Formats: sequence, structure tokens, C-alpha cells
Amino acid sequence: MAGPARSRTISLDVNGEQIEYDVPARRLLVHFLRDDLGLTGTHVGCDTGNCGACTVHLNGEPVKSCMLLAVQADGAGITTVEGLAQDGELTALQQAFNAHHALQCGYCTPGMLMSATALLSKNPSPSEEDVRIAIQGNICRCTGYVNIVEAVVAAGKGT
Amino acid sequence: MTTVTDQATTTLKKGFVGQSIPRKEDKRLVQGLGTFFDDVRRHGMGYVHFVRSPYGHAKIVSIDVSKALELDGVYGTITGDEVAIQTDPFFEMSVEPGGNIKDYALAVGRVRHMGEPVAAVCAATRELARDAADMVEVEYDALPVLTDSEEAFKDEVVLHDDAGSNVVWSGVFDWGDVDQALAEADHVVKIERLHFHRFSSTPLECAGALVEYDRGTGEWTLTCNHQMPGVGAIWMAPALRVGIDKLRFVTHDIGGGFGNKICLHPQYVVLCLMARKLARPVQWTEWRTDQHTANAHGNERTFLDVEVAVKADGEMTGFKVRALDDCGAFPRYEPLGCIIWAQVTPGLYAWRNIRVDFTQVCTNKSPVSPNRGYSRMQHLWLTERIIDVVASELGFDPVELRKKNYVKTEQMPYETPNGCVYDSGDYAAALDLALELIDHGSIEARRKDAEARGKLLGFGIGSTLDSGTNNFGQSTLLNPDLQFSGNNEAAAVKLDIFGEVVVTLGTVPQGQGHETTAAQVVADILGCTPDQVNVRRGHDTWFNSHAGFSGTYASQFAFTGLGAVKGAAELLRDEMVKLAAFVLQAPEEAIELAEGFARIKDGPEEAALPFMALGAIVNANNAFLPPDFNPTLNHRYVCRPYFGMVDTEKKTGQLTLTYATQIHAAVVEVDPETGVVDLVDYAAVDDCGVRINPQIVEGQVHGATAHAIGAALSEEFVYDEEGTLLTSNFYDYHVPHALDMPPLKTGAMESPSPVAPLGAKGMGEGGGGGIHCICAAIQDALASAGKAIVYDSCNPPHRVWSMLQDPEATRANVSVTSR
Repeated sequence: MAGPARSRTISLDVNGEQIEYDVPARRLLVHFLRDDLGLTGTHVGCDTGNCGACTVHLNGEPVKSCMLLAVQADGAGITTVEGLAQDGELTALQQAFNAHHALQCGYCTPGMLMSATALLSKNPSPSEEDVRIAIQGNICRCTGYVNIVEAVVAAGKGT
Repeated sequence: MTTVTDQATTTLKKGFVGQSIPRKEDKRLVQGLGTFFDDVRRHGMGYVHFVRSPYGHAKIVSIDVSKALELDGVYGTITGDEVAIQTDPFFEMSVEPGGNIKDYALAVGRVRHMGEPVAAVCAATRELARDAADMVEVEYDALPVLTDSEEAFKDEVVLHDDAGSNVVWSGVFDWGDVDQALAEADHVVKIERLHFHRFSSTPLECAGALVEYDRGTGEWTLTCNHQMPGVGAIWMAPALRVGIDKLRFVTHDIGGGFGNKICLHPQYVVLCLMARKLARPVQWTEWRTDQHTANAHGNERTFLDVEVAVKADGEMTGFKVRALDDCGAFPRYEPLGCIIWAQVTPGLYAWRNIRVDFTQVCTNKSPVSPNRGYSRMQHLWLTERIIDVVASELGFDPVELRKKNYVKTEQMPYETPNGCVYDSGDYAAALDLALELIDHGSIEARRKDAEARGKLLGFGIGSTLDSGTNNFGQSTLLNPDLQFSGNNEAAAVKLDIFGEVVVTLGTVPQGQGHETTAAQVVADILGCTPDQVNVRRGHDTWFNSHAGFSGTYASQFAFTGLGAVKGAAELLRDEMVKLAAFVLQAPEEAIELAEGFARIKDGPEEAALPFMALGAIVNANNAFLPPDFNPTLNHRYVCRPYFGMVDTEKKTGQLTLTYATQIHAAVVEVDPETGVVDLVDYAAVDDCGVRINPQIVEGQVHGATAHAIGAALSEEFVYDEEGTLLTSNFYDYHVPHALDMPPLKTGAMESPSPVAPLGAKGMGEGGGGGIHCICAAIQDALASAGKAIVYDSCNPPHRVWSMLQDPEATRANVSVTSR
């Protein structure tokens, strides 16, 4: 008797590109993005879903891509950090991260940007408290969050 | 909020040095275009997973890898038996008994801590490697477990038979005459036991490496995130029985280090053996749980029998203490922590009589490694606890007691009782600035307001020093046979064919912004902009721009790293001037480098050579240069600070060169029902001399403070009696999230270092001040609820609640004898 399928062909949109891929059924979305598609901007910082370094957008919503299997993204639209800047032009949020020194090692940064981008799309002028709530699922070990919060608030005000 | 007080005139602020220019690194990192080691792929690469001990202490009866090897896609395995044949134990720094410990890359015959690697499996995918590791059958025979350093000290159970004792190193440091000071004191305050807990800064990127072996040359290339490759190679090469030239370390972007990526040599040696055995590239990325259980904890230290000599007016003349340090199952970087604390022997205080009876022991816990504030933080926590316990027991004001006992700014440079020289600083002024930021005058009113809401308000100060630029000669105070002394760092600066300024560093940054600050320094020297300076990312042994102690650790980039950059840039500048003078037929004194040109000062417009012309002449169009003039426009410089030798008899010497100051102040509110501590106000003042890039300095202050807040209130590696780590992931080991952080106020002062090349001091490790001030603030908050003494550096709600329930249990630790 045949066992459960060990792999499956999925079809999804990643950063505006339509992709069809035969993936092992057990592969995490984050490893599919990193190892199969080479989108290494999405990072892995824990094995328990706590750190948020792997945050991407799934149909516009921020999700932790280590908490999803790649097959669960079948038919979805995924945006990773590589999909933020258009034609090399950084978004206002990416520019604010640079201007406000909101990153040091840069390892949590992609996840922070994805969480904060999702916030700004729903709430264009968030307060400091709004920002802290939105990024509470993202751990940063370098900055104490001070300049990250400042950068997101500033990007919201368009300054 | 930043308040800046200039303590002295700095002369370097005309150029780019001193400006908060945005970082050069950021553009790639905000686009996800950084390169971290796990981003690098090779054809045919295998993934390695370690089989780890579930026991805290056990004999290995047998290891059977056959079922793992039967799986399709498994490339091979390595066990401790193979490691014992193919490698030698790592070099140990201690004298006997610790020096006799045998530490191999994998467990040989016995495991000594939960998570210790006993075998490694390599397979075609990450998932398969993990599956296969689960199929390795290891039979263990459990042994009694030691998780307490005071128990370990009794040697009833011994971890390392070769050593015959759990003691790694012990020694007495005795400066001045503490017995006389205690005899002449008006009050002697005794504290029986204080405990500095086990935690680590847990960088978000775990450890790992991609290792390739070249069978033709016998060389390994490690694309990795080691933060101290120079010393890593010193450990690895003899163990692998090769010359150091066979190891090429390459780093790109690194996702945080904080010292936790210094002791990676055991895992890296396994990877080297695996790559050679399988003749294929192999890659290992540590899992978070493995990082917590088996990589790098900070040193745990218990202080026993503290006695402090206090005069009637509050002047303290010294103290004595027994310090018991727990380094976990293997010493690795230890016993260096047994001496590093001595860089800050009297803390910020003018205490002249100090005796520290220091012992380090092994226990069945993860090995330690340097962790931000390494060893000094533990000792400075002791000095700050002493101040606040003395203040509380004798009724002194903690602010005034500090100011009375601080080393005064007019005493700078100040030589400590053990021969270290505090180079500059004004501790009292920094404290005043912190008090101003936190509105100290309103504390009593706020206390009343909190009381009305049923909360206990407390205020505390944490004074701390960040000693930077180690003298490795201090290791000889532990083991006179060690052949280490001084320090060094290298950099290379060249002008390339189209006029590109290219800088290569020996350092291994992990977020400190070296590309930016090095470019600022070079731009000022060569007369161009930081944008025109290409500072290469990361370290590569093949760049030949490193030195024996290369790395990024111990708060030294501002001195040795930038000192090397400055030295190399000045050599290049001098040669560019000489070349321009030759080409323009002008005296050298008439040449200036400015705006990307070498030109005759106040000369006609055409008397100017763009950098491109200079680069092209030397590299591609040089036939007209005379034989006795051979510019290279490519210069390497090694910054080698002068320390002198240490005195191994008296245990004195200049152990480090610069001393940055940080004064932290906290206001907490404690909920007496739950023991929950809420940080309601916080200020951190930093004085690191000349700030090359103030925004980067402030970022370091923020980050170090966050580490301290986490350590003080929640982060703790807790073991049960069987040696099982109970906090092995980010669920149980709670690091601060965005909502946990209080609003941070920062202040800055600049007391330039008279000894550092740019007047700048290393400064990334001052965060310990946060632990000190939170402990002090909690103690102050509990003063009206039974006057408990804060005895542990970590105070999560359950510990605070216990102190509220039974303050006398903590007070029994403390006694005062007055004459």
C-alpha cells in the first residue's frame, strides 16, 4: 500500500514571480525560501517560533516562515525582504532603518522590516506603542529596540 | 535623548571622525543581501548534525552508527573514537590540575554535560542529517551529577580523572594590606554569599561553518562566524596536527557574537575531519536549543565571606572575598576569567587593600566562554553590591557613598593597587548626569505616588568600567609558562588602479559598524569621503591582513583596530604625497590631499592629481619612475600597544589600556503581591573618550543595556539536579522583547584617552551597569518591606517574591561589626 506522499508540487507567487516547485512535504517554508529558492535574506534564529527573523508576508499578512510547511504556501503570494525595494530603490522604512541606526548585525532586520511593513500598510502613522506591539514577536539582541521603534515611527510619519 | 558633555577639547572633530554618519553596511542588510555563513552553498555540500548527550554526566558504553549509515543520502559519521585517534586534545591554558584536563572535539568515553556532542552525522539535507542522528544508538551509564560549584569544590565526584580534581585553577591575589585595613576600620561589613548567575547574550544567529578541504594542498577553508579566528587557529591547528597555515578562516556578515562565538574550535575540528573523511564540503548550523545547551554560557560566580573595611565617614579602604567561579564541563577559554576581572580590581573606587582568593571549578554544565563584559562584569557587580549593602546597613546615601569613594578625575591617570592604569574619566560627573536624566530629586515624591498605588518604588545606581585592549601577558599570572603577552591588530590600506581606496581589516565585526568607522578614519587622513573608501566586509586569512590576536572582542577595535587602520592610512598618505611631489615637481611640504586629489596647496587648478592618476601611475604606467623610488600604494600596519611585562610574583601590571565608564540609573516599581519588577525609568551615561561615530556608540549602549535588563530580570540558565538545562530555548529563556524595554535615556561624555591612537576607548561591554543598578533598585524598593538584601544578580518575580516573603533569610547573610 502506498504511504502518504513524500513530496508535492506547489505553485506560488514569490516577490512577484510565479514559481512551481516539487518540494518534500516536510520542508519548512523558511528552508524552501532559503535553500531551494536562494532567498537567503530570510533568516533562522531559533527553532521554536519565538524570534521572528524568518518573518515573511503570506498574502500580505506577516507570518513566521519556520512555523509553516512549504506546501502550506501552495497557491499563496509570498513577499520576502528581497521583495521590498523596487528596482534598487529602498522603501521609506528601509531608508529610516539606515538613518536611525536601527540595525547592528542585521540578522533580525529582515524579519523586523517585514513585521513593520505589515504594520505600516494597515496603520500608516503608528505610535511608539503600536510599533512595540507589532514587533513583539521579533527578537533583536543588538539594539534594545530603541532605534528600531524610532525608525518605524519616523517612516510612518514620512520623515 | 542624548546629552553630551565634553570633558576635554577634542581636536579630531573637523572631519568625518566624530560625526554620526549612517552606516555603510546597512544598504545590503536592509535588503536581505548580506551574506551570513549559512547563506553560502557549495556543490555536493553535506549537512552535519551532532548527536548530543541527554545526560549531565555519564559513561559512554557504546555508539552504534550502522542504522544511520544505512539511510539513503547519509554521507558518513564521526565518533569520539575516531577523534581520539586523529586529533590531539586541545591546548589547555591552566597549570595543574586544570592543565591536565583532556578536551577533545567530541566526547571520548564519557559525557560531562547535557548537549555535549558525542557523534556527528553528515547527510544530503538538513532534515536527513537530523533523522540520521536520531538513529545513532548510544548506550550510556549514568554517573552522579554536579551542578553546584560549592559541591564540586569538595571533589567527592570528579569530572576529569586526568586532573584528579574539579579545581581548574586557584590562586590568591593580595594587594595592599587588607588585614590591617579591616583591623583599623570603624565598621566591618560581612556578606556571606552573593551569587552571579549563569546567562549569555545569545546572539540571534547561531554558530556554524561551511568547511571545505583541499586534498591537493591539505588546506581547510572555513566560511564561518568565528569572532576570534587568530586564537581559534591556535587551538585548532595543533589538535589537527597541522601548521596554522593550513587553516583559512573567512567571515562575511555575522549575526551577533558578544563573545559567544569564540569557543567554536571543538565543533570546527569535527567539521574539518568530516570534510577530509568524506572529501566533500560540509556545513553545520547550530540549532537554537544546541546553542543554549552546549555552546557558550557566561561565567557563573559565587562570592563567599566578603568582608569590607569602612571608616566612620564612609570611606572604604578595601575588602576581601573568596570567589568561586564555575566554568562548566571544560575550561576552553578558561582559566582566563580567573584573571580578566583583575583589570578592574577596585571597580571605580579608590580602595587600596584588596584580597581575592579565587578558585575555578568544573561542573556538569555547558562550558562557558567570554560573554559581553567577560569576568569584569561579575567582579564589578560584587563591588557595586558591596557599596549598596554597606550603604543600606550603615545608613549612608548610595549616591554620596559612591562619590566619596570614586577615584577622582584629578587623580587620572590613576594606578590601581594591582598596577593597572585608569586612563581618564570623571565618574562623579557621569553620575551627576545620570541623576539629572532620571530626575533624582523627584524620587521621594514618586515613591509616595507608587505607595498610593500599592507599589514599592526603588532607585538604584550601577557604576561600571569597560576595560579595553587586553594585555595577553596577564595569562602568565595564571600560568608562567604561557608564551603570550601584549596584543596586536592589523589592517591594510591601498590605492588601487582607478583610484579606489581599499581597506582590509583583521577584525571580525558582528554589527559594530567597523566598515563605517574605519572609512571615517581613512577619509580624514587621505582627504576623501567615507563613500570613496571601500572597507572589505569580514575577515579572510588569505588577505594577509591579520595578526596573532586578530578578532573582535574585549572592547579593543577603537584602539587596536582603528589604530592599525590609522597607521596604514598614514603610510599610504605619506607615499601618495611623495609620489605627487615627484610628479608635480614640488616639495612634499607643498602637497596636500583633499577632496580626492593630491594637489599643490594654493596652487593652480592643473597642479592636482586625482587619486586615479596616482593609482594608475604606480600600478600600470610606471616606466618613468626612477629605480630608487618604488612606491607600492599598498600598506599593512600592525598596531602593537606598549604594555610592559607583568610581575608574576606580585601579580601586578598593566592588564589593559583603556577604561570607558558607564553609569546606569534605574527606577523600578515592585508589585508586593507578585514580585514582578517594572522598570519605570532608566538612564545610561557613557564616557568612552572620543566617539568616532556617536550614533554607533549610542547603539552599543542601548544594546548592552538590553542585555543587562534581560540578565537582571529574566535570563537564566537553570539546571535541575540531573544536569538537565531547563531554559534551553527562547520560550523558557526569556530575552527582552520590544514591550519589555523601558524608555531609555542616554547621556554621553567625552574624556579622551591619553594613550589610544584616536583618543577613543573600546566601549561595547559596559552594559553590566544595568545589572548592578537593577539589583540596587530592587533592594531599595524592598527596604520598606523587611529590608531584604539582594544576593543574586538575576531577580525574576519568584525570587523577588521570596525576598518579600522571607527578608530575614537574606539578611542572615549580612552582619556588621562596629568599633
